[in-house]
Amino acid sequence: MEILVCVKRVPMVGGKVVVTPDGQDVDTRMSGFAVSPHEECAVEEAVQITQRLGGTVTVLTLGPAEAADQLRDMLALGAGHGVLLETDGREWGPMATAAAIADAARRRGVGPDGGYDLLLFGNEAADTGDYQVPVRVAHALGLPCVTAIKNLEITESGAGAGAAGGSGAGGAAGARARASREYRGIEEAFDLALPAVISVKEGINLPRYPSLPGRLRAKRAVIEQFRPEYRGEGLRKELLRVPPGESKRAEILGTGTDAVPALVRLFEEFGVLS
Amino acid sequence: MTVLCLVERDGDGAADASLRALAFSRELAASSEASGTGGDPGYGEEPAGSNPPGAPGENVAAVVFGPAAEVPAGALAVAGVTDAYAVESDALTGYAPLAWARAIAELITASSATAVVAAATDHGNEVLAHLAAITDLPMAANCASAAHASDGRYRLVRHRWAGSLLEDAALDAPVALLTVAVDAVAATPAAVPAKVTVHAFRPDLTDGDLAVCATESAERAGGVSLATARVVVGGGRGVGSPAGFGALEELAGLLGGALGVSRVVTSQGWRPHKQQVGQTGTRISPELYLACGISGAIQHMAGCLSARHIVAVNTDPDAPIIARADYAVIGDLNQVIPALVTALRERAGLS
Ligand SMILES: Cc1cc2nc3c(=O)[nH]c(=O)nc-3n(C[C@H](O)[C@H](O)[C@H](O)COP(=O)(O)OP(=O)(O)OC[C@H]3O[C@@H](n4cnc5c(N)ncnc54)[C@H](O)[C@@H]3O)c2cc1C
Ligand SMILES: Nc1ncnc2c1ncn2[C@@H]1O[C@H](COP(=O)(O)O)[C@@H](O)[C@H]1O
Repeated sequence: MEILVCVKRVPMVGGKVVVTPDGQDVDTRMSGFAVSPHEECAVEEAVQITQRLGGTVTVLTLGPAEAADQLRDMLALGAGHGVLLETDGREWGPMATAAAIADAARRRGVGPDGGYDLLLFGNEAADTGDYQVPVRVAHALGLPCVTAIKNLEITESGAGAGAAGGSGAGGAAGARARASREYRGIEEAFDLALPAVISVKEGINLPRYPSLPGRLRAKRAVIEQFRPEYRGEGLRKELLRVPPGESKRAEILGTGTDAVPALVRLFEEFGVLS
Repeated sequence: MTVLCLVERDGDGAADASLRALAFSRELAASSEASGTGGDPGYGEEPAGSNPPGAPGENVAAVVFGPAAEVPAGALAVAGVTDAYAVESDALTGYAPLAWARAIAELITASSATAVVAAATDHGNEVLAHLAAITDLPMAANCASAAHASDGRYRLVRHRWAGSLLEDAALDAPVALLTVAVDAVAATPAAVPAKVTVHAFRPDLTDGDLAVCATESAERAGGVSLATARVVVGGGRGVGSPAGFGALEELAGLLGGALGVSRVVTSQGWRPHKQQVGQTGTRISPELYLACGISGAIQHMAGCLSARHIVAVNTDPDAPIIARADYAVIGDLNQVIPALVTALRERAGLS
């Protein structure tokens, strides 16, 4: 099972978002960067699948040179290869991002004979939240696609039902995915033939912490690099701003257990006590 | 010329999120009329703005998947919808994202749509992303507002970081594809109810369009649902251990509410992810959110933007949540919460 997982480097903002004076970016001088949680779960899922069925996990990111750090974080979790689509630091839109990812996937190909059997994504990028890159990649590659998945089972049936997997080398002809999610109280299950594109949400698994050997391996791993060409698109960011009404201050009801009577009165006032 | 809105059904009616998307669609249609840009979808020969301002026919139409007889016409009329397209197909028995997008792509032409709008639900975002890929048009997700400007462009405000940050954006496209941040828009009725004409619409679908479709089964609903609870008692890293959640659960029980937690709690494995509140968890909208031992990171607060009252219990008077909450108790939750439980039990005569 050859799996491509696409992850994005996003700022790790804490209690407050600060925008740069020109209104074009989040101020990241005080914050680090991370892979967003949905995508970290996508990597964990891919690692678990290859541990069971064999094969390798390739992690890919489109971003500045520093995004190699996030690839190494994911290599430390058990991914085998890293691919960096290096940009000049400009923010790419979802159409251009999807096109560049699809091009990169084509380099290896999809399907049996060494191509990717499965492309995993996060449901949405934590920062821009465009909710579309995976679907656009699926269309560009002519693959079936489902998003927002919370439960995934991969079955290899190529060599007859129940055959033990583990080769990975010959690809996964006849493999299928059963993917499900909850939607407004109903469980929705989808059955897809691989190769396919699937985006997942946090909660699908509990990502492991990187092991020490994993970290060492990640440090030494070679990251393949490409420089796709930037393209503008029809949706353009003009200004980022923090929503109004963010900086009130709570009325302090009291300290420790002394505040309990005030809490009870407040709950009565809110009408939440029967 | 039409703003076409995907309306999801909920029982016999329209889903609340779709009613919000319809209110958003009405505003968009009105802005097109006012700016005189509504007349031209941008495909044809006519220059944009060829219709006089206020030209009749800048309307909101609904797409509903299912038989014409099941269209929630009453709810649509109240929302100001003039035309409803009921997508009927023997092959289409349940939700099928690509097939839904194909049908809407056909309807863009049939209804002369200048915009397609959907609620930013899992279905709405997924279907519009397919539609965007099919038509090779840009798509703007999680919009809080949209207006058609006189230069023919759309001026949008969209959510980033799940609503912790706003983006002013310009959209240049012959047909605008937009999903609506449901927290940001109210489900207001139209000033004047409309008369709805229902059209049965049979899309042209291939087997490939139907390859991915949902099999539905009812989930077991256990206890009070976090998303709809009137009271949520939240616990974060400050709870300190899995055992510490006992008192919070008891409090939630006394208040008829649900337990919610921060991401630190789920990633430690202290509580299951379905109890997580926030950007990558559940959105809550209770009367009261009592956040205990939670620092108030923006990704957590993104999940409770529509809570009516927020009360924090925290040892740190400088925690970011103090700047977001309405009321706060400065103190150790492991003392305050058990004392609160005792007080509420006494009040209820439970000894
Ligand atoms: C892309 C992205 C998405 C994310 N999505 C989510 C999400 O959906 N939900 C979410 O919650 N987080 C999310 N996070 C994580 C978020 O940034 C924070 O790390 C997290 O919310 C912090 O959890 P916490 O408040 O429990 O822990 P901390 O930040 O460690 O805060 C603990 C608080 O408890 C207080 N405290 C300690 N002891 C006590 C005591 N005895 N009594 C009272 N108070 C005490 C401390 O003063 C402190 O304020 C996301 C992060 C990223 C980058
Ligand atoms: N710059 C990027 N590099 C790699 N993957 C990305 C990038 N942007 C988006 N993705 C992937 O596409 C998913 C959805 O992103 P979006 O459509 O931008 O919300 C993310 O969760 C990632 O898996």
